[in-house]
Amino acid sequence: MNILTVDVGSTYTKLTAIDGDQRRILGTSQAFTTIETDVMQGFQEAFDRLTEDREGNLCAGFKYDELLVCSSAAGGLKMVALGLVPDLTAKAARTAASNAGAKVAKTFAYEISGTEQQEIYDINPDLVLLCGGTDGGNKEVIIANAKRLVAIDRPFTTIVAGNKSASDEIKAIFEEAGKDFVITENVMPQFNKLNIEPARDAIRQLFISRIIEAKGLNILQGMTPYKIIPTPLAVLHACELLSKGTKTQAGRGDLLAVDIGGATTDVYSMASGEPTVDNTMMKGLPEPWMKRTVEGDLGMRYSLTHVYEQIPGAGQPENEYMQQVKAWVDLCTAHPDTLAAPGSVEEGLEEFLGRSAVSMAVERHCGRIADVFTPLGLMHTLEGKDLMNVPCVIGIGGVLRNSRRPQEILKGCLYDFVHPECTKPRNPKFYLDQKYIFASMGLLRAINPELAFELLDKETVELA
Amino acid sequence: MDKKTIVIGVIGADAHAVGNKIIDLTLTNSGFNVVNLGVMVSQEEFIDAAVETNADAILVSSLYGHGEIDCMGLRQKCDEAGLKEIPLFVGGNLVVGKQNFDDVKQRFLSMGFDFVYPPSTPIEETIIDLKKTLGID
Repeated sequence: MNILTVDVGSTYTKLTAIDGDQRRILGTSQAFTTIETDVMQGFQEAFDRLTEDREGNLCAGFKYDELLVCSSAAGGLKMVALGLVPDLTAKAARTAASNAGAKVAKTFAYEISGTEQQEIYDINPDLVLLCGGTDGGNKEVIIANAKRLVAIDRPFTTIVAGNKSASDEIKAIFEEAGKDFVITENVMPQFNKLNIEPARDAIRQLFISRIIEAKGLNILQGMTPYKIIPTPLAVLHACELLSKGTKTQAGRGDLLAVDIGGATTDVYSMASGEPTVDNTMMKGLPEPWMKRTVEGDLGMRYSLTHVYEQIPGAGQPENEYMQQVKAWVDLCTAHPDTLAAPGSVEEGLEEFLGRSAVSMAVERHCGRIADVFTPLGLMHTLEGKDLMNVPCVIGIGGVLRNSRRPQEILKGCLYDFVHPECTKPRNPKFYLDQKYIFASMGLLRAINPELAFELLDKETVELA
Repeated sequence: MDKKTIVIGVIGADAHAVGNKIIDLTLTNSGFNVVNLGVMVSQEEFIDAAVETNADAILVSSLYGHGEIDCMGLRQKCDEAGLKEIPLFVGGNLVVGKQNFDDVKQRFLSMGFDFVYPPSTPIEETIIDLKKTLGID
């Protein structure tokens, strides 16, 4: 059986051809995404390239039996999350949206202000996740925010996943205003109990109606019985598969994966994140075993300026190296298709910037450990996941694949004595998704997990 | 009738967990909805939990003698967070050394606590006050 997977990205439409009988990847190809005009144009071009009749092309005349599609085109799934307390339901809301594969443009806490209403208007999200209050807890804030959301003149759909005791009133507010909404289970039904799956499922359902139809992917959807899913969700599925394995094949266990793109950097962790240090108390909201964070301000082209600005020492005129970096950043920002020549100084600058972006993204993903001196001696508190003992870090994305020394970029994820509180991996091995197949294998998992695992395991190679 | 929600925890760098479990169990058995933050709880955590769960009272424990320092400013922070007039209970070994409890009590009352309990107070006594304060028969 032949399978074709399609990843309609914001820049490229990427195709992967898989031979299910010989259990191997036959080939990959890509072409510019043409979402503004007709998405099929880019797909067709990539498909023609894939199946081109040239010597040695295993995919010449390739015909597929199954077609699987994911998409992050046209900005992906843009969301805004609302909660009550920043460290509690607001964080739970953000986690739920990120884990569903959305790009969370902003998270708001407490009752939002008029300025924040305007901010949501400007963001113009596809979906809004409205949370707040434990079941039976605070109702006022989520109700006030519901009223404020319906007053925003944008066509987003709202997913309500907050205090169930407020749901009748919220329903009335949305119905009266004639705004689209879905009510699902609370993301935090009891204090510090995370319940993100129902909200995540609701987001996935809405992705189909909101994104697929609105963004012109319906022809592609019409070609396959399988639902189109957000690309980050497909990558998340692949990470989960590689970590857990299948019924017959053992997984690789705890892992961290970093996907550096031109505009964003995604971090995935598959680990319980329990404390690795003795005498540590867990604090704050528990985090899911399978966690994704996405940093909209960290990327290697469109957001490279933001990366640069956040590096310590940036903007110091006396620092010669940083001046060099600055010049390179300016060039890449003006011409996003700039590539560093192998062996050039720029290659080193590019690695430095990549390493910095990875460092910041992983830092934000990891937990924080703090020393507490008590009458019983030194103790620690841990908030978030402790990933210090994670043995495996996987690099995904064109930036790493195109680099001659991807491990130099991935080293950004390592534990750093300048920030000893940050629980980054201490001594992991580095791996590379050398054929850029994570999204593809995440899709394939839905119909053939054994094959998907086999190919993932084979193509995720250790970096020397 | 809806259960009343009580946020409990051991404040500061205090890791004494046994009393905390007993309070949790006894309050739950007495019909309260208990949000137990455990040990080593900061003022901010008490407040965040109370806001999110719309708590009816906060019950602070401290056993290691630094309770007075740990509790300073809690009432003011509650006011700031919109937890207006939320009843604050505190008990345990609140201060260092053997001090006259009436003085200690006075200091905690002036810090904004509504009920202050000396060492070895049975939790049942606090429950009577809780029920009275929250209007439970």
